[in-house]
Amino acid sequence: MQVPAPIEYARATSIEHALGLLERLGGEARVIAGGHSLLPMMKLRLANPEYLVDLGDLHDELGHITFDEQRGIVRIGALTRHRELLESELLAELFPIFGDAESVIADPPVRNRGTLGGSLCQADPSEDLSSVCTVLAASCVIRGRAGERLVTMEDFHRGPYETAVGSAEILTEIRLPVRGNAGSAYTKVDRRAGDWAVVAAGAAVWLEGPRDAPRIAEARAGLAAVGPNTTGIAEISAALRGCVPDEDAFDRAAEIAARSCTPVTDGRGSADYKRHLAAELTRRSLRTATQRARAAA
Amino acid sequence: MVVNGEYVVREVEARLLLVHFLRDVLGLTGTHWGCDTSNCGSCVILMDDEPVKSCTVLTAMAGGHEIRTVESLEVDGELDTVQRGFMACHGLQCGFCTPGMLMSARALLDANPDPSDHEIREAISGQICRCTGYASIVRSIRWAAEQERARGEMP
Repeated sequence: MQVPAPIEYARATSIEHALGLLERLGGEARVIAGGHSLLPMMKLRLANPEYLVDLGDLHDELGHITFDEQRGIVRIGALTRHRELLESELLAELFPIFGDAESVIADPPVRNRGTLGGSLCQADPSEDLSSVCTVLAASCVIRGRAGERLVTMEDFHRGPYETAVGSAEILTEIRLPVRGNAGSAYTKVDRRAGDWAVVAAGAAVWLEGPRDAPRIAEARAGLAAVGPNTTGIAEISAALRGCVPDEDAFDRAAEIAARSCTPVTDGRGSADYKRHLAAELTRRSLRTATQRARAAA
Repeated sequence: MVVNGEYVVREVEARLLLVHFLRDVLGLTGTHWGCDTSNCGSCVILMDDEPVKSCTVLTAMAGGHEIRTVESLEVDGELDTVQRGFMACHGLQCGFCTPGMLMSARALLDANPDPSDHEIREAISGQICRCTGYASIVRSIRWAAEQERARGEMP
């Protein structure tokens, strides 16, 4: 029987209330949102908080997906659930990578509870949304008692199970810049429905120049489940900038992806197979993202 | 919280999982406790009308919410259409996964009265059945959908 160790529980009535509790309780307190990352970790004693601060009642405040046209950003509240990301028409139009990724994250009952903020803060190395947000050049709003700070995904995601969020801070919002001529895509290989990725790759492409002969203004790609520091691969962005978006360019990116990751052999596959997948899935995601960017232009 | 329409107030340990609260405290053993790891889906209940794995929700987190378990499907001796579908189309053999399957099926048909086979399979994709190979479960849910639509179309 797997059950969490004894804990104290408090339900936050506001963000300020939650921050006050975190500050008072210190490093042994953790916030809990949907609980679908943290509770399994607590059952396995991989996480051993003494206090849980439940943010569930703040969903109305932190469960939004809105387009701030004036500033050209989409704001997603940290408590937005997987299901809401999957069903959002706004995201389907502007960032189709969310639909690609969310349709293969766990299963419907899990997607009804798990949240974007929870996934990013758990920072599981096989988790999908860190690379999704990184390739979309997202920024994260982190709130503490002293105020808010804005960090890029590159600074937010520090490695497996490690983020920039301090013990008395809360991730409140993810901001995605909206630019024209953009496309994005996510491709994942898993062993069975709802499983963690064997390997997954996300990509976003922004095009410029004439419609019949566009060039890559910017391309971003990242991987999941093949080692730390792969949620965004800067070398791919550098290699593709200004290129014609063709198969040669995607091949170069695939080669960089394969040598930028550090997969390990385990029950999900051999390191060689995963390296092959890292290349092929990067190629496919860039190809689809480019097609979508052309269609959007 | 409200469980199957009844207001319930209990003092519980903070770490008590919802599945154990329903089974051990309220005696609602229709909800099954399976893998403990949010994989098998035999503990699926409806929380505010959405299927949720009750092994991965603390009882305290469910406070203030509306919970429906498989016990709520039968009303005054009348089985729910999805229950009759599972009987008519052999949607179960050992029955262990059935309570979770029934609740996901109920939520699906409430939201989408005419689901495709693909949508049915997606809706139960978080749940494991080791007997039926899923084909008869999909048939059972389709049967229930057809029955409810036919009933809805009657004057």
